[in-house]
Amino acid sequence: MKNRNKYNTAEELKHSALLLPSVLLLLLFFVMPILLTIYYSFTNLALSGENAKQLKFIGIDNYISMFRDRTVRVSIINTLIFLIGSLVGQQVLGFMIALMMKNKNKVFRGIVGPIFLAGWIMPEVVVALCCSTFFGDEGTLNRICTTLHLPALEWLYIVPMLTVVLANIWHGTAFSMMNFQSALDGVSSDIEEAARVDGASRVQTLFRVILPCIKNTIATNTMLNTLSTLGVFGLIYMMTGGGPGNATLTLPIFMYRQAFVSQQLGYGTAISMLILVIGIILSVFYTRIIRND
Amino acid sequence: MRWKLEKGVPYIVLSVLALIFALPLLWIILASLDLNASASVHIPAKWTLENYKAVLSEQANLKAFANGLLISFSQSLIVVVAAGLAAYPLSRYELKYKNIFMYTILFMTSLPITAVMVPVYKMFLSMHLYDKMIGLILFLTATSMPYAIWLMKNFMDGVPLELEDAAKVDGASTLMSIRKIIAPLMFPGICVVFIFTFSNSWGNFFVPYILLQSIDKMPASVTLYQFFGQYGMVVYGQLAAYSALYAIPSILLYVLSQNYMSKGFNMAGAAKG
Repeated sequence: MKNRNKYNTAEELKHSALLLPSVLLLLLFFVMPILLTIYYSFTNLALSGENAKQLKFIGIDNYISMFRDRTVRVSIINTLIFLIGSLVGQQVLGFMIALMMKNKNKVFRGIVGPIFLAGWIMPEVVVALCCSTFFGDEGTLNRICTTLHLPALEWLYIVPMLTVVLANIWHGTAFSMMNFQSALDGVSSDIEEAARVDGASRVQTLFRVILPCIKNTIATNTMLNTLSTLGVFGLIYMMTGGGPGNATLTLPIFMYRQAFVSQQLGYGTAISMLILVIGIILSVFYTRIIRND
Repeated sequence: MRWKLEKGVPYIVLSVLALIFALPLLWIILASLDLNASASVHIPAKWTLENYKAVLSEQANLKAFANGLLISFSQSLIVVVAAGLAAYPLSRYELKYKNIFMYTILFMTSLPITAVMVPVYKMFLSMHLYDKMIGLILFLTATSMPYAIWLMKNFMDGVPLELEDAAKVDGASTLMSIRKIIAPLMFPGICVVFIFTFSNSWGNFFVPYILLQSIDKMPASVTLYQFFGQYGMVVYGQLAAYSALYAIPSILLYVLSQNYMSKGFNMAGAAKG
């Protein structure tokens, strides 16, 4: 219905005028920061000291230091653990909940559903705060342990990565749950029924019928979760600050430390580039998936 | 017998999971109503609203809420207007670059903004926008534009052309028909974009934390974090009350958005907070 008229270039420019405010905003505050990220990563940009006075182009020096830096390797591994832990946890749990909730009693769903959703609706700061008190020395988890005659532990020090991953799962599961719920609603119960009649077990029906039907949702959901988990800063920063030591140091936290604690903006930006490049590759995949839908 | 067991298992598993999920939040609710709150969940010996009173009587806390509202509201308003205008040519005209533009926009929606914050900080220092509300608002606006344009364009595609044509015959300008005809028809969609932007902005901690410095400009997300760092371990009750107050807008907006979404719109599965 939109192809009624073909316009010439002048006409096209006139029509595009309404795009101007958005395009200007995007160029200045979205595209420019990305270009600056690339540029700064090749400079010695610093907040203080000698380098602060003179911005110099230093080629790939930052990248060379990065590959030599042991902490970079640690934070890449930590980022991967955080990413995979969160992804598996959020999606498996989200899928299981969605599957179990299907066709259940309305009142029951009305009570249980909002509880799962609550963790997702909460702002990041609140998530960090209630999870760090939950895992804290005097927190609820230790109270439960004591009640069950188990030893109370310093969770945030002994298994810091596990606590931040669990916090992120608590926060993110509902998002996957909702996506899977709407995908499962789209799987016709006739197909399931037919598989059952043909003698397929519950597990077979799940793996051979249901999962293949919703594979697009699984792909999109994984991609979106990966992209948002990659950028998680506040949750970890507030719960453990990247510590103890470097135990929960992920790339965003490392970037922050280099830029604002060590004041090496150039080097910090080179680390940003790592996040950005991974983000760009994943975004390209994501765009492809949506496009082919 | 076996049938009954099979039916019952999901209920039990779901109930246990829900209980675990509820515990961290239960703490906030119970501790905020307890003068002798500790770090763990327990029923208050005496229920009280003193914690809320204490948080709300602090001038600095009220200022932080006001700052947060100001930032999120202005941002959402600019986003809705700019995205609404941008959606019009994308939805109504045949443009050569339209496909590329839309895919670039889609691509931008998924980039992790965290990665560009260090250069943005430097950029803001050079542009004298650092520690300025307006700078923060414009940057946040830009980061939420891609998704807003994407949504608005799709919502606008759903508004039929006929009414507009009639208005054009009567001599209405494009801007007038956007304002008088399209906007009212896609009002639920506009609300969805507004609410989505607002609630992301309200929950944002990292961006204001990096781009602002003065304590009296900080939104509630940052002051809550600072409160946690300074007194968190001492006054659990007030910390919980502060968190609850700060979470209320997010909850209200979610409920409100459900209301609009059920009116025939869906967010295409991309509403990650």
